[in-house]
Amino acid sequence: MTNSINEITTDAQLMLLIGTNTTEAHPVIGYKMRQAKRNGAKLIVVDPRRIDLAEEADYWLRIKSGTDIPFLNGLMHIILKEGLHDKNFVETRCENFEALESTVKNYTPDYVSKLTGISEEDLYAVARLYATTDRAMIFYTLGITEHICGTQNVMSIANLAMLTGHLGRPGTGVNPIRGQNNVQGACDMGALPNVFSGYQPVINEEARKKFEKAWGVSLPDKVGLMIPQMFDAANSGEVKAMYILGENPVLTDPNSNHIRKGLDKLEFLVVQELFLTETAEYADVILPAASFAETNGTFTSTERRVQRVRKAIEPVPGQTNWQTIMAMSAKMGYPMEYNSPEEIWNEMASLSPAMAGINYERLEAKGMQWPCPSLDHPGTPCLHGTSFSRGKGLFQGIDHIPPQEMPDEEYPFLLNTGRILQHYNVTTPYSTGIQSMWSEEYSEFNPADAAKLGVETGDKIKVTSRRGSITARIKVTDRVPPGMLWMSFHYAESPTNAITSEGLDPITKTGEYKVCAVRIEKA
Amino acid sequence: MEMVKLTINGKEVEVPAGTTILNAAEQAGFSIPRLCYMEGLSSVGACRLCVVEVKGARALVASCAAAVAPGMEVQTHSPSVMEARRMILDLLIANHPLDCLTCEKSGECSLAEYCYEYGVKESTFKGEKHNYPIETSNPFIVRDMNKCILCGKCVRACSEITGQDTIDFAYRGFNSKVIPFYDEELVESNCVFCGQCVSVCPTGALTEKQMAGKGRRWELTKVKTTCPFCGTGCNFDLCVKDGKLIGVASNPSAPVNGRALCIKGRFGWDFVNNEKRLTTPLIKKEGKFEEASWDEALTLIANSLKEIKNKYGPNSFAALSSARCTNEENYLVQKFTRAVMGTNNVDHCART
Repeated sequence: MTNSINEITTDAQLMLLIGTNTTEAHPVIGYKMRQAKRNGAKLIVVDPRRIDLAEEADYWLRIKSGTDIPFLNGLMHIILKEGLHDKNFVETRCENFEALESTVKNYTPDYVSKLTGISEEDLYAVARLYATTDRAMIFYTLGITEHICGTQNVMSIANLAMLTGHLGRPGTGVNPIRGQNNVQGACDMGALPNVFSGYQPVINEEARKKFEKAWGVSLPDKVGLMIPQMFDAANSGEVKAMYILGENPVLTDPNSNHIRKGLDKLEFLVVQELFLTETAEYADVILPAASFAETNGTFTSTERRVQRVRKAIEPVPGQTNWQTIMAMSAKMGYPMEYNSPEEIWNEMASLSPAMAGINYERLEAKGMQWPCPSLDHPGTPCLHGTSFSRGKGLFQGIDHIPPQEMPDEEYPFLLNTGRILQHYNVTTPYSTGIQSMWSEEYSEFNPADAAKLGVETGDKIKVTSRRGSITARIKVTDRVPPGMLWMSFHYAESPTNAITSEGLDPITKTGEYKVCAVRIEKA
Repeated sequence: MEMVKLTINGKEVEVPAGTTILNAAEQAGFSIPRLCYMEGLSSVGACRLCVVEVKGARALVASCAAAVAPGMEVQTHSPSVMEARRMILDLLIANHPLDCLTCEKSGECSLAEYCYEYGVKESTFKGEKHNYPIETSNPFIVRDMNKCILCGKCVRACSEITGQDTIDFAYRGFNSKVIPFYDEELVESNCVFCGQCVSVCPTGALTEKQMAGKGRRWELTKVKTTCPFCGTGCNFDLCVKDGKLIGVASNPSAPVNGRALCIKGRFGWDFVNNEKRLTTPLIKKEGKFEEASWDEALTLIANSLKEIKNKYGPNSFAALSSARCTNEENYLVQKFTRAVMGTNNVDHCART
């Protein structure tokens, strides 16, 4: 997030939500949105599903799946036509405006309305409201990024925020609400194939030299493989061995048959996990993992806030994960000598300018938000105050990119996927209480479609895509539009990702979980 | 900011205009009892326990709902105030089960604390008592409406924090009761089981089912930590007894979420205690996993990885780190991959 969560209730006058079911996926942020709305802030929800916040919104725009770019271009078209953009911000803080202008010129309300299914009247109203509100925050999650055009979707959102000057001040910003507890931190720590901690590129010689000196080894200078490429390489035999810590790609990654085949082909697989997961079944060696309650350390939240994780009980497997990784490294002939997670953090911070000013002592009270380059720096609740990381904000002219696979005669329904309130990915099914109430998949299906198929809530259906078939129970509800089936991916018995699309964003390699074509039959 | 001068218990106090008498007294070091008032929720002045004597006022004043005024003279513990509080407590326990010996809230019950402080042992009023069935039909929240004192904090928490509006007051007089729609059970309602109501309840009316019978409140060690589910970064306390995790409690000092949590954070922690947890390394032998020692497993891993690295080169190895694990663990995984295995093939599920 460019901005901070609490600005929702303290600063924002308007919230524009696109592709985020906040009250279910990030409930506490969802509560704050409701509080803000009830205290007078405007709420605009753009989502094909009638999510909970749609009920409270000033505008709920039921957008057709995969038409985010035309929608955003359409808003910018109206804003420019009516001269509602922030001319000063555009001139002083941004560049390449002409490219944007010439692209969005083509996205007339009439054309956009046909593509998105949103009325022209609503497009005008929302464009005017967003542009003329002083402090407006945009929020998005995977409804924006899990498309083959995820990167372009995000850039379109950035275009809109820059065009209206909704950046760099409290109560504004481009705010992706990140999924997992520490997905921000895992990126920050350099668990990525192209960067060391603090986003220092591995291809940058200076950065590499710094880490080589600190670690006492020579380091590879080529960018590594991203997850989908790893499984491609496992399938093709280039990757022979893997170590998987705390992830269950068989259940959570798209097109899981491809993942299974890749894991099967490996010569050697180590999985470190809390439970014997679907992925762990493929391992040659399973190492038991310690949970968050059993270790000291830190997580970094979606607002870049680093916070302490504190050990409450002894590790169930007898040692924590950082100790296990150290032991594994020592056996390989490279002893790592840390006495505590704090020492690990300190090494990382000494090598990563963006976090150099953060230490455990400073985290004690309320955590700290990076960038925090020095010990006297207070941290950064709001990014891009006077300039962007690259200097000027770069407008991009972006055209509509339809999803890779759309419904057709053979596969007439659109499958959309996501999380439900009660579960978090694949850990909560191990919570006795939660599992006792929400033990199986209830896919959402529109009443009109259900009537045609002759199914009712609780009935089982068979869902088939070009990748495979699964079964699930359905819930008949107008939360989904006609023509859509919506499923979660929490349940091993209904492994939704066995049938999701192979489509990937070519830049981020993020799967197109939000759109694929399926056929539905009574099971 | 406009400041207001007043005296509380003879002590001169200066606070910003609009401050409540209760907060002004607090700042001056005088604690006033309260059951329906809580910072972060609107003030309704329902329980009247916070009454104080204000010179010149017609009656005792509810300090949680009354703002300070210039020159005000306040007595927080005068004889008439003490008498009024005793009477209020006397009336409250007239219809409250006094099974404090086995009550789950014992040790954290505000009603019991104040009765102790004000010396109210039993009620002088003998009359009808409620006999509501105790609701235990959901796995998270036990509702014993016999112990409800109608302070309404749960109603306000549900509405003002979560925005769910699942519960409200119904009926009149003696029959007044906090209910979900149609007076059905929570499982039949739109309750999202965030448990905000439990976290604000001053008595044993609302308690955590998972913690029932697992320990007295004063026996618990509380460890402040960060939630392991979504990316919001909520903080809460893990409640531990005898080395075992038994529950989660709100920690109002949490910078992002304050007291608020969701079903996963407050009630989903028990995966930690699931009997299916892996406790020892496992090595696959002829398609079956067999238990192994740490040394055995780590030796096998080191030998296999060395062999594969030598045979096929560093890029034949790839590591998947975890967005669920700590920063420090992630840092070590990428360091291991880069420094030990010699490849940049490390990623995690940010993109999947």
